[in-house]
Amino acid sequence: MTTAIVANDLHKSYDGVEALRGVSFEVQAGEVFGLLGPNGAGKTTTVEILEGYRTRDSGEVTVLGHDPAAAPRALRERIGVVLQQSEFTPHLTVREVHRLFAGYYEHPRDVDEVVQLVGLEEKRDARVKTLSGGQKRRLDLGVALVGDPDLVFLDEPTTGFDPAARRTAWDLIRTLRSLGKTILLTTHYLDEAQQLADRVAVIQAGRIVSLGTPAELIGTAHKAEIRFEMNGEPVVVQTEDPTLTLHELTSEALANGRRLEHLEVRRPSLEDVYLDLVGGEENAE
Amino acid sequence: MLLHQLAHEQRTFWRSREAAIFIFIFPLLLYTLLGSVYSDEIEINGISVPSADILLAGLFGYGAANTAFGGLAIILVGRREVGILKRLRSTPLPPVTYIAAVLSSTLLIFALQAIALVLLGRFVFDASAPANWLGFVGAVVLGVACFAGLGVGAASLIRSAEGVSAVVNVVLLPMAFLSGSFGPREDYPGVLAAIADVLPLTYFLDIVNGVYLDGESLFADPKALGVVIAWGAAGLVIALTRFSWMPRER
Ligand SMILES: Nc1ncnc2c1ncn2[C@@H]1O[C@H](COP(=O)(O)OP(=O)(O)OP(=O)(O)O)[C@@H](O)[C@H]1O
Ligand SMILES: [Mg+2]
Repeated sequence: MTTAIVANDLHKSYDGVEALRGVSFEVQAGEVFGLLGPNGAGKTTTVEILEGYRTRDSGEVTVLGHDPAAAPRALRERIGVVLQQSEFTPHLTVREVHRLFAGYYEHPRDVDEVVQLVGLEEKRDARVKTLSGGQKRRLDLGVALVGDPDLVFLDEPTTGFDPAARRTAWDLIRTLRSLGKTILLTTHYLDEAQQLADRVAVIQAGRIVSLGTPAELIGTAHKAEIRFEMNGEPVVVQTEDPTLTLHELTSEALANGRRLEHLEVRRPSLEDVYLDLVGGEENAE
Repeated sequence: MLLHQLAHEQRTFWRSREAAIFIFIFPLLLYTLLGSVYSDEIEINGISVPSADILLAGLFGYGAANTAFGGLAIILVGRREVGILKRLRSTPLPPVTYIAAVLSSTLLIFALQAIALVLLGRFVFDASAPANWLGFVGAVVLGVACFAGLGVGAASLIRSAEGVSAVVNVVLLPMAFLSGSFGPREDYPGVLAAIADVLPLTYFLDIVNGVYLDGESLFADPKALGVVIAWGAAGLVIALTRFSWMPRER
């Protein structure tokens, strides 16, 4: 497998504010890589350095074999970009916007196919200004795909979507993945990272605090929790081996003729892990 | 790709009603109004000239400034602030091609406007036809070049989409008034005349009057030509050093 993105020890400050303090990761071709972090963590800064919009203060970056700071046309042919915030000319129709952007690429995808892919076929001839926020976001996505890129950057692609639209977008991103596209997405949503990403980097205050598959992140250093109530008192037991502990607890309760009220076993969710990671660093600045 | 983008620019321009009215119709409207108000002949330096001619030249100058300076500044700042320019930067469209398409589109719009002004003048107000056609066409290009330079320069300095039309009009209307776009400026008091003496539109109008009324060559007045080019170049220098594709950060 080839490497699509290499970021090595990226640093970036905005007059005094250290936005990135040594960010390193690699993204393999064909992989969906998630950058997960709270507001101001440095997600957009990282992504925009990779897209060639911002300059880094130090560190090395390679995107599809190119240095994005030079933004060569050969690289721009092969990437698709969804910005965290952007708009299109309000007077054009959905189809016209797609056609406009398709004209910039050597080998664009079929415009109608892309419009359909992002679920805007009913809005094909609607003016941009009449679209809802979520539909505009889909337009963003369509425009990013119309050049048939190998690598797609999605900065918070589903922010502002209703739950149904989010599912649709997830399906779309899975479709892209199955087409062999490499995807770098940023998100605040844990479930999104968990659902979509092959690997997740949790970023906090300009540093990557954890990196791995969603399962690895959950698996590392976290115990399962067994909760129940006994005589009206809540009890929490943490354990590395929930099967054994549960067995011991229930046998003992049965032997003594007691009940374990409200018994539940909880695996830590990615959310717990995330809040742990992010919360722990909050005051470390 | 240039043609692709040019077609897009034209479509966008004519579809956006505010732009089409403000940029294209407004000078024609002013010509109609002023042409109806002024008497037949205007005295300039003791020579009597048909007011329809003077006004046609004046509004031609105003139209050039309005289309190229005002129009470009508004379009570019608007597009920059909502991220359209930024979005384009990550596509293979070369920036030079983009700028060329935007400028050609501006030139095309002003050329159409110049034709409309001449036709309106000829058939409604009985104005003269350009005495030097070639020079007149040259003046269209010169006007767009100079004021486009200033327009892009202004777009590089203006920081917000909300402020841009205010700034543009605060600059444009007094300039047009002082330079004599809306009527002769011979009787202006000294201070205003002194200000007019440095404005690019004043010199551009001298050139337009020369080719349109007197049949002079575009190059007949080197000083005027020099001043017009210098203003355009100054705008260009600002643009080259300060222009940004990225929106101002919120
Ligand atoms: N252009 C800028 N000028 C000054 N500071 C900036 C700029 N862009 C970002 N920052 C600062 O850098 C830090 C990282 O910002 P960034 O936009 O990368 O965060 P993010 O993870 O994308 O946040 P969000 O989830 O809110 O989009 C923040 O402290 C932010 O205030
Ligand atoms: Mg961001």
